[in-house]
Amino acid sequence: MQENLHRFFRAARGAGVHVSPAESIDAMRAVASVGFADRTVLRDSLLLTLAKSEDEKKALGACFDLFFAHVDPTQSEAHDEAQQDAAQNATEGAPQTAQNAGEQTNAELGPLAQMLLAQNTADISAAIANASSAVGLSEIRYFTQRGLFSSRMLEAMGIQRLRDDLDALADSNPAQAERLQAGLDGLRDTVRDAVAQALALYGREETENLRHEILRNAQLSRIEPRQVAEMRALIRQIARRLRERYSKPRKRQRRGHLDVRRTLRRNAAWGSVPFLTAWKRRHRDRPRIVALCDVSGSVARVSDFFLLLIHSLHDVVSDVRSFAFSGHLIEVSEILEQKSAEEAMAEIMDKVGFGSSDYGSSLVDFEKQFMAAVTPQTTVIVLGDARSNKLDPRADILKAISERAKRVVWLNPEGRMTWGWGDSEMPRYQTFCNVARPCATAQQLERAVSDIVSAYQ
Amino acid sequence: MADPQAPSSAVTAIEAVEAGLAAQGYIASRQIATAVYLSQAIDKPILVEGPAGVGKTELAKAIAAWRGLKMIRLQCYEGLDEAKALYEWKYAKQLLYTQILKDKLGEVLGGAQTLHDALGQLHDFGDVFFSKEFVEPRPLLQALLEPEGCVLLIDEIDKSDAEFESLLLEILSDFQVTIPELGSIAAAKPPTVILTSNSERNLGDALKRRCLHLHIGFPEQRLEERIVESRVPGISQTLRRQLIAFIHDIRTLDLKKQPSVSETIDWARVLVLLQAAELGHEVVKDTLNVLLKYESDIEVALPQVTTFVAKAQRQNIFG
Repeated sequence: MQENLHRFFRAARGAGVHVSPAESIDAMRAVASVGFADRTVLRDSLLLTLAKSEDEKKALGACFDLFFAHVDPTQSEAHDEAQQDAAQNATEGAPQTAQNAGEQTNAELGPLAQMLLAQNTADISAAIANASSAVGLSEIRYFTQRGLFSSRMLEAMGIQRLRDDLDALADSNPAQAERLQAGLDGLRDTVRDAVAQALALYGREETENLRHEILRNAQLSRIEPRQVAEMRALIRQIARRLRERYSKPRKRQRRGHLDVRRTLRRNAAWGSVPFLTAWKRRHRDRPRIVALCDVSGSVARVSDFFLLLIHSLHDVVSDVRSFAFSGHLIEVSEILEQKSAEEAMAEIMDKVGFGSSDYGSSLVDFEKQFMAAVTPQTTVIVLGDARSNKLDPRADILKAISERAKRVVWLNPEGRMTWGWGDSEMPRYQTFCNVARPCATAQQLERAVSDIVSAYQ
Repeated sequence: MADPQAPSSAVTAIEAVEAGLAAQGYIASRQIATAVYLSQAIDKPILVEGPAGVGKTELAKAIAAWRGLKMIRLQCYEGLDEAKALYEWKYAKQLLYTQILKDKLGEVLGGAQTLHDALGQLHDFGDVFFSKEFVEPRPLLQALLEPEGCVLLIDEIDKSDAEFESLLLEILSDFQVTIPELGSIAAAKPPTVILTSNSERNLGDALKRRCLHLHIGFPEQRLEERIVESRVPGISQTLRRQLIAFIHDIRTLDLKKQPSVSETIDWARVLVLLQAAELGHEVVKDTLNVLLKYESDIEVALPQVTTFVAKAQRQNIFG
């Protein structure tokens, strides 16, 4: 049974639950004290010792149900023995079972063929279990390995011999050959199912990591609609990571050295005898962000994810005001705060989206209405391709903004190579930006936002 | 490793936990009972997470009452530190004693010829003033010193600083604390430790790893009925059933703060006080503020009240 538990821990890791050796020891101790008799108790105990958050509990619960889908905990001890017996039968006792199975069975057939003809399901499933441990089925990681593992398992079960038998029987006993062929097809299906289940159990994590890795480096503007939800999840994950990294040391502010100047000033009334002390404090501003996002055409998708990321950083960022523009500019902070990501984006698109972009007039809008939002603590982030359709770029307004703001960061979904080509006004804007960087993938987005936030530490 | 006797008795033991807690008026789900049993069996603290008002703190109280142990409670808040949680030196007492013992000290040191000798003699006294008598134990140390064992409730651990978590690690894994001047103090009898958290911030992995992680969500309908039954004995079965059905409907709405078990109990008490025999439209509207704590939530819920009340009344007929 310990073996089974170890396999379960591996499956749990596959389901994305972090199981450290210490936790597996705890789980072992817990299981030893509750036993296997009651399935719900067993499930509860494993959930209590292994899973450390609600999400993990859900994942692990699903994993438990899948893992023990046909291994009934109460009978697994007996089952193990049965498996061993069966394994012995399959190897040594094969001729005997063949004789028992019937007169028409040819004694020259291989053990696998005999098993299939006898339709001994217990033996077959035991053989599959043996084969899966022989080829190390729990090592399966990617869905592309399914075929490989299926064929390896069939090989381990002696399909070569079975094929020879089939060839031989095709001449001598066609009826039996047909039955054997049907049995073989059934066996293939069973093995495929076993491999699929193993993949679902052990391979999920790797597959997910691989998919995430691909997704992180995919062009945000070109991802397919079906990947959008997954991308949002990824962005939320990034936000959580950034939150964890930057929201922590708040306490530092309270410690410090004596601030001599302020102490003297405060105690001037007593001839500067320091009754009241003042302490030096290291000010650590929370980031204040003003984000201007182009939501026209190809940039819209990137803006979508960017806004989602910025607005998931409540803990880290004290104040975010976001504006969306294409032809003209509106403030969208409230929409983003109040609605879910999907609805908010739909509404924003409804209001300003998909027009042809006019950076000049959008900047004018901003200057007229919202210039007061920019303070010396503010980082202004502009996200856009700077393609203004040959209209006046009004770079002077960006200059005014950069004079007021702490920093101006321009994130451009296009690569550096294309900046300045065609109607791109990037070089003109770039003069007034502290940082201008390409930002086309989730990874670049993460780095960009991480740099912006860390500038305040 | 496995005790052959254990498995068969485990289920009965868990049932005993359930019954024991129920006798204290705490109706535990099977999962909670399993957690309590396991924490005893493998000597691990329980970290209880869940929304406010589902009975996380009550669990600790119930365990203490059931086992007849003392409960020591440490309420966490931002800025909580060693001196308030673990131990502190009794400075005043130390000072007072040195003053009182001044003459005695002079006598003892009188024989010394040089300053160096005096210092040497002083060293011989050892750390008289840093001994157990001068330690003021705070909740964590108190819990370890309790000879009969106790239930230690560390409430709302998520409100404390990250540094405080690290402070807890030694206590949680080894049930001992180290005071530099005195050495390690191990627990006389390992206390049952319950930590609660509202998930206001994510706790560190090191802390989570040392605990059994129990998540208490909103209870199922049946369970909640039993809870109300045990907590508000005067309530009629009809009203109870309608009330619970109504609350479960309310929880499906998109609210800022979902009504939890404590609100259910409060509401049940209010209804009993108002002598309502049945859940009526008017009564619900008048008392909705017991259940929902935000104006915006009440606005969301109000239009649904009629539907939910009707549904709850039907529930009673078929239930």
